[in-house]
Amino acid sequence: MTGKPTPLFLERRSYRQRRVIDAARLLPVLGAVLFGLPLLWPRGAEDAVRTSSSILYVFGVWLILVCLAFVISRKVEDEGDGSTDTNDEGRP
Amino acid sequence: MTASMNLLVAVCLGYVALLFLVAFVAERAALRGRGGWLRSPVVYTLSLSIYCTAWTFYGAVGYAARSGLEYLTIYLGPTLVMIGWWWGLRKLVRIGRTQRVTSVADLISSRYGKSTLLAVFVTLIAVIGTTPYIALQLQSVTASFASIAQADPNAASLDDNRNIALWVAAGLALFTILFGTRNLDANERHHGVVMAIAVEAVVKLAALMAVGVFVVWGLGGGLGETLARIDASARGQWQVDGARWAGLTFLAAAAFLTLPRMFQVLVVENEDEGHLRTASWAFPLYLMLISLFVVPIAVVGLEIMPAGSNPDQFVLTVPLSQGQNTLAMLSFLGGFSSATSMVIVASIALATMVSNHIVMPIWLRLTGGGAVISGDVRHVVILSRRVSIAAVLGFGYLYYRLSGGGAALAAIGLISFAGVAQFLPALLGGILWRGATRTGALVGLSLGFVLWVWCLLLPSFGTGVVISESVMAAGPWGIGWLRPYALFGLSGVDPLVHAIVWTMLFNAGGFTLASLISFPTPLERLQGAQFVNVFQHSGRTQNWAGDTAQSEDLMVMAQRILGPAQSQALFQEEARRQGLVGYLPEPSPDFLARLERELSGSVGAATAHAMVGQIMGAATVSVDDLLAVADETAQMMEYSSQLEAKSEELTRTARQLRAANEKLTQLSVQKDAFLSQISHELRTPMTSIRAFSEILRDGGALDAETRAKYADIIHGEAIRLTRLLDDLLDLSVLENGQVNLNLRTGVLAEVIDHAVAATGVENGPLRLVRDRQAEEVMLETDLDRLAQVFINLIANARKYCDAAAPRLTVSVQVRNGRLMIDFVDNGTGIPRAAQALVFEKFSRVSDQNAGGAGLGLAICREIMARLDGSITYLPGQGGAAFRVTLPVAQRVAAQ
Repeated sequence: MTGKPTPLFLERRSYRQRRVIDAARLLPVLGAVLFGLPLLWPRGAEDAVRTSSSILYVFGVWLILVCLAFVISRKVEDEGDGSTDTNDEGRP
Repeated sequence: MTASMNLLVAVCLGYVALLFLVAFVAERAALRGRGGWLRSPVVYTLSLSIYCTAWTFYGAVGYAARSGLEYLTIYLGPTLVMIGWWWGLRKLVRIGRTQRVTSVADLISSRYGKSTLLAVFVTLIAVIGTTPYIALQLQSVTASFASIAQADPNAASLDDNRNIALWVAAGLALFTILFGTRNLDANERHHGVVMAIAVEAVVKLAALMAVGVFVVWGLGGGLGETLARIDASARGQWQVDGARWAGLTFLAAAAFLTLPRMFQVLVVENEDEGHLRTASWAFPLYLMLISLFVVPIAVVGLEIMPAGSNPDQFVLTVPLSQGQNTLAMLSFLGGFSSATSMVIVASIALATMVSNHIVMPIWLRLTGGGAVISGDVRHVVILSRRVSIAAVLGFGYLYYRLSGGGAALAAIGLISFAGVAQFLPALLGGILWRGATRTGALVGLSLGFVLWVWCLLLPSFGTGVVISESVMAAGPWGIGWLRPYALFGLSGVDPLVHAIVWTMLFNAGGFTLASLISFPTPLERLQGAQFVNVFQHSGRTQNWAGDTAQSEDLMVMAQRILGPAQSQALFQEEARRQGLVGYLPEPSPDFLARLERELSGSVGAATAHAMVGQIMGAATVSVDDLLAVADETAQMMEYSSQLEAKSEELTRTARQLRAANEKLTQLSVQKDAFLSQISHELRTPMTSIRAFSEILRDGGALDAETRAKYADIIHGEAIRLTRLLDDLLDLSVLENGQVNLNLRTGVLAEVIDHAVAATGVENGPLRLVRDRQAEEVMLETDLDRLAQVFINLIANARKYCDAAAPRLTVSVQVRNGRLMIDFVDNGTGIPRAAQALVFEKFSRVSDQNAGGAGLGLAICREIMARLDGSITYLPGQGGAAFRVTLPVAQRVAAQ
C-alpha cells in the first residue's frame, strides 16, 4: 500500500520457512510423477510387470509420501501466506 | 456360533444404539463446553474417511478382482490432494470459515455474486449426482444382509431384503434428522454426527484390516506366499490401461474436493485450520491402510470361492466360508459403517443445499416479502431441512427400488464422481482467479453437465432404456459425431475417460472463455477479491450503504432466523462496539456485512443477501458503491500521508522553536551583561564628576588654576558621557533598524578624504598610505555613514597603533563582485583571543588608552550590515587590519 520495499534477503528463519513451503508445494507434484510412472510400464503378455512388484512400488511410494507429508506438516508454520510472489499475509 | 439373521439384526441394532449414544454424548459434551476432545485433529481426519463408502469397502475388492490395481486410483487422487493441501485446501478451508459457507453450492453462489441461479444449478447437479450414490449404499447394505442370509438356512427370502433397505433408510433419516438438524446454523459443527462417523471410520478400517490379516496370514500362508499367489492369479500382471489410470486418478482428486459430503466434512465441519496439517499426512495414511489388503482378499477370494460368486461380497463371504462368523460380523459392521456414515453426511449436505437454495427462496417468494412476514423463520428453515433429508433418503430408496439393484447401480459410483467433478473449474477458478465471472461459471457448468448427461449418465441406464441402440451406434438423427461414446469422432476410448476428457475440456474451456469476455457485476468483483485474496484480508465485506435500513426491522428479521437470544446478543454487542446503549446499533456497512454473514450461516449466502436486501431497499451494490470503497481507501491513504507531512512539519517547527528559545536565552544573558556593562560605563564618569564638583562646592581654598583644571575634568567627563550616550543611541537606532539611509552617489576617494580630515591625522604622527588611482570608484550608498565607519577605523589606528613610526595603509580592490577596502596598520595588532570580540559592545582590547567606551566597532558593524556590506578583522597582516566590504552592484548601478 505504502510501497514499502520488501527486503531482498530474509533472515534465516523466514528463509527456512519459505523453503519448507516450497517443499509442501512440490510434494504433490512429486507424488503425481511417481504415481504416473506405471504409465510407462510395458503391458505385453510376456514382459509385463508382476502385480506383486507393482503393489510394492505403489505402496512404497505411498508410504514415502506420507512420511514426507508428516515431516513437512511438522515444519511448516501456520502463520503467513509465505509465498514469495505476494505480500506477506498479515492476519488482522 | 452360526451366522443367524437374528443375531445379525441384534448386533446391528446394538451398533446403531451405540452410534446414537456416541452422538448423544458428544452433543452433550459440546453443549456443556467440555468438548475439547471433539476438536482434535484425529477426529477431523477420521471424519474425512466418509470418502470410503460401502462402494469402496465392498466394491474395491470386486474392482480388484475384475481389473487388478486400477482400484488404487480412487485413493491416489485424494492422497495427492491432501498432501498438496498448501495449494488449494488451505485456502478453501479459510474461505469456508471467513465467509461462513454452508455447502459447495453456497460457496460457488457466494463467490459469483451470491447468485441464486448458480446455487440452484449446483444443488440440482449435486442431487442428481448423489442420489444414485445413496441408492448404492442401500444396495450394499442389503447385499451384505443377503450374503449372511445365504449362510443361514432359516433366513427369510430376498423380498425381505427390500424391506431391510427401507428400514435402513428410515433409520438413517431418523439419525440424521436428530443429530444433523439440531442446530440451525450449518456453520456450527454437528459434533454428534462427526463423532459418530469418526467411530465408524475406526470400525471400518479395523474390519477391513482384520479381514486382510486373516486372509494373508490365515489363508494365504504369509506375506511372501500371498504375493506369489497374487502373481500366479489372473491379475498377476500390470494390465491397467494408462488412460484410465491417469483419468481416474484425476477424477478421484476432483471428486474429493467437490463431492457435497466431502465438502461438508472438509470445509463446513472444520473446527480449526490447523487440523488440516495433521490430516495432510494422516488421511493419506488411512487411505493407504484401507486399500492395503484389497488385492490379497480379491485374489484369495477368487481362489477359494466357488466360480460365479460375487467378488463384491468377498470381504464378507470369505470369512463366512471359513466359518469365521465373528470376523464376518465385524466385516459386516465395517460395511454397514461405511454405508451409513456416507448416507448421513451426504444427506445433511444435500438437505442444507436443497433447503437453503431451493426451498427457502421459493418459500420467501411465496410468502411475499420474506423478512416482513410474521412467525419464526427458524422453524421453517429447520422443517425444510428435515423434510429435505427425508426427501433425499426417499429419493435414494426409490432409485434403488426402480433400478432393481443390479450391476447397473455398481457402475454409478464413478459416474457420480464425474458429475460432481463438473464443479471443479468453477470452484478452483473461483478461489484462484479474480477474473472468473458468474457467466463463465454458468457456461462451464452447463456445458459440462449437458455432456456428462449425454456421454455418461443416460448411457449408464443401459442401451435401449433411455438412449436407443441406433442412437448409440449412429448418433442422434444419424449425426455420427454426436454418438455418446464417440463424441466428435473420438472413438475407441474407454467411455469414462472419453466423458472426463470432453466434459472437463468443454467445462473448463467454456468457463475460461466466458469469464474472459464477460464483465462481472460489482458484487462479483467484491466477492472475487474476498475469495482470492482471503489471506490478505480475512472478513470485511462492504456491501451495504446502510442509511435507509431500519435497525428494528433488521432485528425482527434476525430474531426470526437466528433466534431471539442469539440475535439480541449480536445486536447488543454491535451497539456497544459503536458506543451506543441498548439493542439497536446503527446499520453501518460493517454491521450489515456481519449480520449478513451470520444469517448466511443459517440460510445460505444468496438468501441472506436477498433478505437483508429487502430491508435495505437496494439489493445490489452499484458501481458507485464499489468506487466509494476504493475512494475511501484512497482517502485513507491521502489522509495518512497528510498526517505524515504534518508530523514532519511539527518536528520542524519544534526544532525551530527550540533554536529560538536558545537564542532568547542567549539574548537574555546578553542583555544582563549589557546592563551591567552600561551601568559600569556610566558610573565611572559620573563618579569623577560628582567628586570634583563636591570639591569645587566645598573647598574655598582652591586657586583659580586648580579650579579651572577641575572644571576641565568635569567638562571632559561630561563630554565623554554625552558621547557614550550618543553612541548608545546611535547603536540602538541601528540595531532596531530604524535608521534612515541617505543614499547618495559619490567617489570613494572623497569619502576617505573626508574621514581623514575629520580625524585630523594629517597633523599627527600617523602616516597614511593610499592608492588614489584605485580609490576612484563611484558609489551609491549612505556616504556619511560610510565615512563614519572610516573615521572610526582611522581613529582607532591613530589611538592604538603602537609602532615607532605608525603607518596606516588603505588599499582598495574588487573581487567576486564586491568592493573591498582594507585598513592595515603596522602595530602589534589585536591578540588572537580578542579578535572574535572586537566587534562586540563594550569590548576593549587594551585599557591603557581608555578613550572610548568600546562601542565604535560595534556601531561600524551595524552600519555595514545596513549598507549590505560587512566589516571583518583580517588576521595575519602584520598589524591590526580591518576589511570593509561593499556590494559592487551599487557601484555599477551608479556609473
